[in-house]
Amino acid sequence: MNVLVLMKMVPDIVEELEIGADGRSLDLDAVRPIVSERDDHALEQALLLKERAGATVTVVALEAPEVDEVLFTALAKGADRAVKVTGVEPAPPTAAAAAVLAAVLPKVPNLMPVDLVLAGCQAIDDLDGVLAPSLAERLGVPYLGIVTGITVEAAGAGGTASVLKEFAGGTRGRYTVCLPAVLGVQAAEKPPRYVPVAKVRAAMKARTLEEIPAGDGGAAQLVEVAAMTKPEAAGKAEMLEGDPGAVAAKLVEILAARGLA
Amino acid sequence: MTGNVWVLAEHWRGRLSDLTLEALALGRELASGFGSPLEAVLLGGPALATGLGAADKVLSVDHPSLAEPNPEAYCRALAALIKARQPAVVLVPLSNVSADVIGLLPARLGAALLNFCRDARVVDGKLEARCLLYGGKLETTVTVAAAPALVGLLPGSRPAAATGGSPAVEAVTADLPAEGRVRFEEYLDPAPGDVDVTQQAVLVSVGRGIQTQDNIALAEDLAAALGGVVSASRPVIDQGWLPLTRQVGKSGATVKPKLYFAAGISGAPEHVEGMKGAELIIAVNTDPGAPIFGVAHYGIVADALEVLPALTDAVKARKG
Ligand SMILES: Cc1cc2nc3c(=O)[nH]c(=O)nc-3n(C[C@H](O)[C@H](O)[C@H](O)COP(=O)(O)OP(=O)(O)OC[C@H]3O[C@@H](n4cnc5c(N)ncnc54)[C@H](O)[C@@H]3O)c2cc1C
Ligand SMILES: Nc1ncnc2c1ncn2[C@@H]1O[C@H](COP(=O)(O)O)[C@@H](O)[C@H]1O
Repeated sequence: MNVLVLMKMVPDIVEELEIGADGRSLDLDAVRPIVSERDDHALEQALLLKERAGATVTVVALEAPEVDEVLFTALAKGADRAVKVTGVEPAPPTAAAAAVLAAVLPKVPNLMPVDLVLAGCQAIDDLDGVLAPSLAERLGVPYLGIVTGITVEAAGAGGTASVLKEFAGGTRGRYTVCLPAVLGVQAAEKPPRYVPVAKVRAAMKARTLEEIPAGDGGAAQLVEVAAMTKPEAAGKAEMLEGDPGAVAAKLVEILAARGLA
Repeated sequence: MTGNVWVLAEHWRGRLSDLTLEALALGRELASGFGSPLEAVLLGGPALATGLGAADKVLSVDHPSLAEPNPEAYCRALAALIKARQPAVVLVPLSNVSADVIGLLPARLGAALLNFCRDARVVDGKLEARCLLYGGKLETTVTVAAAPALVGLLPGSRPAAATGGSPAVEAVTADLPAEGRVRFEEYLDPAPGDVDVTQQAVLVSVGRGIQTQDNIALAEDLAAALGGVVSASRPVIDQGWLPLTRQVGKSGATVKPKLYFAAGISGAPEHVEGMKGAELIIAVNTDPGAPIFGVAHYGIVADALEVLPALTDAVKARKG
C-alpha cells in the first residue's frame, strides 16, 4: 500500500502576528514557521496504517522555510520517503498549491499509483483552505474531510477504506470510501508520536530528501484581498491586572456578586 | 454581479442546523443588496422544507444518497444546480456537515471561494466579505465580482431567521449514481457514562496553555471549589488528556454555563462557537493578543498555572 502525507508550514499563532507593509497580508518575515498541527496527525495516521498492514509512507511538501527539518522529523518517525517540491512561489494559495501538486506528483519516480493521500484538514493560514479537496478533484478521486480514523479494508484498485468522520458532540459518521482517495485528517486515532532530537539529527545525516522541481501549476486568483486587519471584537473583555493573589481577589468578588462563589 | 442568493440548507439526523437559519438571515440582506430572491437549496431531507420559510423558495433535491451528509453526492447535485441556474452567491454553513462540500465546489466549478466568513455585504454590485484567518487573530476584507461566489459562513454572523412561513417548494431531480465512491454507513455516538458538559453551571476549561496532563489537576481543584467540572479545547482532547466528551466547540459540545473559565485557550473560531453563549466568560492567557479576549467579559494576561491555584484558594477562603 502506498500512502502519501502532505505537510505544510504555517505561522505559529501563539506568536504576535504582524501585518505586512502592503496592509493586505501577513508579514512572513516576522513569523515563526511550524508544521500545521493537523499534518502531524495525518502523518501519525499513516504510520499507524503502516504498522497495522504495511505501507510505504511518503511525506510530500512544497518548499518553505524550515520545511527540511519537518521532513527529516517525519523520516525519523518512520516515514519511508520524503519529497520536497522546489521552485514554488512562497506561501501559495491552496488552489495554486493543489495545481502544483497534481502536476508534480506523477513525475516523482516510483511514487504513483497511490492508495491514499492524507492531508491535514484545514490549515489556519489561508483564505480558502481547500488544498485536499481541490487535489482530489484534480486527481479525479473521492475526498472526505474532518477524518478521525481510517481502516483500509482492501488496498489497490477496487479497494475500499472504512473512514470515520467527525460531526458534533462527539458523534462520528462511518463511511465507506473507494480507493484511491484523498482524506483530510483532523485527528489521528492516537496522539502523534514524539521523536527525540537525536533521532532527527541521525536522519539528517543518514537520509536524503528527494527534490523535484514544480512545473507550471498556476490557478487563477478570483478573490481580491482589500485589507488585512486585527478583528474588531464584538465585545472587549475588561482586563484585570495585578499579581495572581490580587487578580484572584477581584475574581472572587465578581463571582460572589453573581452567586457563583 | 447578478443572480439569486442561495443558502445550502444543512441537516443531519433529520434536523436543520441553527447555522442554516443564521445563513438565511444574512442571505436575506444580500438578496436585498442584489435585488434578487433568496432561495434555500435542500439536498435530501425533503420534509425539512417547512422549516425554511425565511427563504422565498426552496429548491428540494432528493435522492437516497443525500439522506445523510455525503460530500461527493452533495457536490455533484449542487454543482449541477449551480451550473444550470447561475446564482450570484451560495452561502454554505461552515460546519463539519458542509465543510467538505465547500472544499470540493471551487475546483469543480472554477468558482471563487470566500471561506471562514464572519460577515458579508453587497458593495457596488460586488460581494464583500470579512474572513477570519490564523485562528481568529487576523481578519481579511475580500471582494469578488464574478458569480457564482461561494461563501463558507462561520456561526455568529446574524441571529437566526424565523422558521415560520410556508415557502414555495420546487422539486429538482439529481443525476446521481445509485452507489457513489463515498458511502455513508452509520453514526457512532460517544460512549455514555462521563459527565455531560452541556448540563453544568460552571465549566473550568483548559487549553493547550495548560501544558501538561498533570497541570489539569489545577483546573480540577478550581472546578471542585466552584461546584463545576473541567472541559477542554481540542488539543487537550487530541493528546488524550481528557475524554472526547469534555470537548467544547465545533466538533464537541455547545455549552451555555453560568460561568466559563477559559485557561490557556486562544479562542479559535472553532472553539468560540461552542462557548460564546456562556453567561459569564473569564479568560486567562499569557498572550494579550489572544482572540479569546474578544469574547470574554473579563480577561487576565497571566500564567494560568499561577492564577488557577490562587483563585482556588480565594474561593475556598471565601466559602470558609
Ligand atoms: C473542523 C475543525 C473542528 C474543530 N473543532 C474544535 C472543537 O470542537 N473544539 C476546539 O477547541 N477546537 C476545535 N478545532 C481546533 C481549533 O481550530 C483550534 O486549533 C483549537 O481550539 C486551539 O486550542 P487551544 O486554544 O487550546 O490551543 P492554542 O490555539 O494553541 O492556544 C493555546 C493558548 O494558550 C496560551 N498559553 C500558553 N501558555 C499559557 C499559560 N501558561 N497560561 C495561560 N495561557 C497560556 C497561549 O497564549 C495560547 O493563546 C477544530 C478545528 C477544525 C479545523
Ligand atoms: N504548500 C503545501 N505543501 C504541502 N501540503 C500542503 C500545502 N498546502 C496545504 N497542504 C496540505 O493540505 C492541508 C490543508 O491545507 P489548507 O488547504 O491550506 O488548509 C495541509 O494540512 C497539508 O496537509
